[in-house]
Amino acid sequence: MAKDKQHQLEIVTEPKFIDGSALKIPMLQILKEDGTVQKGAQVPELDKELALKMFDTMQFIRILDERMIAAQRQGRISFYLSSLGEEAASIGSAAALDDGDMIMGQYREQGALAYRGFTVEQFMDQLFSNERDLGKGRQMPVHYGSAELNFMTIASPLATQIPQATGYAFGQKMDKSGTCTICYFGEGAASEGDFHAALNMAAVYKVPAIFFCRNNGYAISTPSQGEQYAGDGIAPRGVAYGMKTIRVDGNDILAVYQATQMARKLAVEDNEPVLIEGMSYRMAGHSTSDDPTGYRTRDEEDAWRAKDPLARFQTYLIKKKWLTEKDAEEIFAEKKAAVLAALKKAEKVPAPHIDELINDVYDTPPQQLKEQLEQLKAHIRKYPEAYPKTASRIDGGEK
Amino acid sequence: MAKMNLLQAINSALDIAMAKSEKVYSFGEDTGSFGGVFRATSGLTEKYGRHRNFNTPLVEQGILGFANGLASQGSYAIAEIQFGDYIFPAFDQIVNESAKFRYRSGNEFNVGGLTIRTPYGGGIAGGHYHSQSPEAYFAHTPGLKIVMPRNPYMAKGLLLSAIFDPNPVLFMEPKRLYRASTGEVPEEEYSLELGKADVVREGKDLTIVAWGAQVEMAEKAADKAAEDGIDCEIIDLVSLLPWDAETVAKSVMKTGRLVVTQEAPLTSGFASEVAATVQDKCFLYLESPIARVCGLDTPYPLCHEKEYFVDHLKVYEAIKASMTY
Repeated sequence: MAKDKQHQLEIVTEPKFIDGSALKIPMLQILKEDGTVQKGAQVPELDKELALKMFDTMQFIRILDERMIAAQRQGRISFYLSSLGEEAASIGSAAALDDGDMIMGQYREQGALAYRGFTVEQFMDQLFSNERDLGKGRQMPVHYGSAELNFMTIASPLATQIPQATGYAFGQKMDKSGTCTICYFGEGAASEGDFHAALNMAAVYKVPAIFFCRNNGYAISTPSQGEQYAGDGIAPRGVAYGMKTIRVDGNDILAVYQATQMARKLAVEDNEPVLIEGMSYRMAGHSTSDDPTGYRTRDEEDAWRAKDPLARFQTYLIKKKWLTEKDAEEIFAEKKAAVLAALKKAEKVPAPHIDELINDVYDTPPQQLKEQLEQLKAHIRKYPEAYPKTASRIDGGEK
Repeated sequence: MAKMNLLQAINSALDIAMAKSEKVYSFGEDTGSFGGVFRATSGLTEKYGRHRNFNTPLVEQGILGFANGLASQGSYAIAEIQFGDYIFPAFDQIVNESAKFRYRSGNEFNVGGLTIRTPYGGGIAGGHYHSQSPEAYFAHTPGLKIVMPRNPYMAKGLLLSAIFDPNPVLFMEPKRLYRASTGEVPEEEYSLELGKADVVREGKDLTIVAWGAQVEMAEKAADKAAEDGIDCEIIDLVSLLPWDAETVAKSVMKTGRLVVTQEAPLTSGFASEVAATVQDKCFLYLESPIARVCGLDTPYPLCHEKEYFVDHLKVYEAIKASMTY
């Protein structure tokens, strides 16, 4: 066949269009919905301790999400985002990483953060915007972050973290650190320009980054298929950018774990960025401000409830005799008690001191900001009853 | 000392910064071995390798996203946006990400190592999209520093400060002066303080405030006014965020008169911020209304550039009007 030398292309003489659905990417599944292993599947090496840590974290996140939605309904916190139904995607992938790897989340990856070791008290301090919150109470609930745990602080704008992951991973590569960056985002965020910029640059620069798309079926109310995209989901885009790509059952924690473990090896050892698309379903509303009954059916939700990642993994662990029903119930009860105790404690901790308002805009506050703070404090002193959160300890409170 | 134009001064600053720390990276569209469309990054790839100074794909939001990530990792990321007019696809990454990175994380993370370099301004027959002065959009954003040098000496010292400053800095280079402005510049490393205005010329009758390339117009206008016996004080603001209101107020308390001039359109420009602050700080000292001499509220025109441009004659007229108020 003739070849175009400049572009290294084969030359054809017939005008033939490639169909938009020509590339159909299959989905890796190890655990079936009933918790049994798929025939022919290679179960990843996983010792009992690690498996139970993953299960423990799933249980914790499930009760955390449930209790905090309730707390929001009771008016105790302002807002919450649940990851119900998607626990396997974030926890299974986080379990495949090293603690030195950077995690850049979107906002539904509390599972990955809990797996890293963020304590129930730290979760609560952030959710209640109290003075112990690492973020100093500045962001809405669930915008967690921890430098110590290599978990980049969450920001609300969608997809901005994706090109940042490319840049962060570039730095890791140049430092020869032997670490990588995992970046989570939804299938809706993959429509943003930042996604395309990020994957293209990652492939061009060959950075150790794992792009993990949680395809959970909805961007608030907009369904993925047909309204968010017309093609075969997000995975084919990775191929188009010249990147190693895999699609996994996002509700199968073993498939997620295996794929991420292999992706990490590609990223760290070969500087190959990888795209993983985890197929899942957002069982919860988008947030506590959302009511899914307006845009999807009960039947659809029930069909996905049958694919529940937690029940699936629990069945597997029980069959393996690493866990009993009773153990599971006990773990759940223990997590619930811890969540409730931490919640009660955190809501009594005061808000950060008013002086924190001007810190961290820059490394040190400029003169204009100091003047503005003094004006504000004079005003609060004049009308203390209007600003009860800060007025009582405006003077003499610790900085 | 060596005679350098503004581009050579920028190049020298980049060279020194990259030699100083292996964690300094410079990148942008065409900025690799080609050296950028203005040649500001010439020779850096040859000297430091293509992993330290390199081309990016053509995507401004990606450049800034990448730069934010790299800076958050602890590197010094110097991102070039080819023209200030093309910075807007990156607006979200700059305004919502760079500027808020430290604050929103409670200082768990920061992008202090970020410097954004971009040429701005008119007078080069660049029409709508190679002439704009978009500083005011960014001056409304807490968390950013904005620096605009007026000559090669200032450019080198300020750029070195910007690169190693622990905050993200938007460094806007007056492209009209890239080759037109020359001067003696130390070949070695030196730095100039950010956030500090520079009294370019002392005078007693009237204060002119300008920044970047517009300082040249202020100087020419002051020369012409001097022929009429008017003694102008000229202040180069140097930094727009945070800006040195004290130096300006001190000057206006002395002269009683203020003319602020900028290339950008009048409405909601940074000149308005200067005027509002000065009337607040110096109300009883003012002998005449504060004048803003700015571009018209139109897109930047091509065939009428000469008429549109805020030249020294317009500044001179404002000086005279203020003196005879």
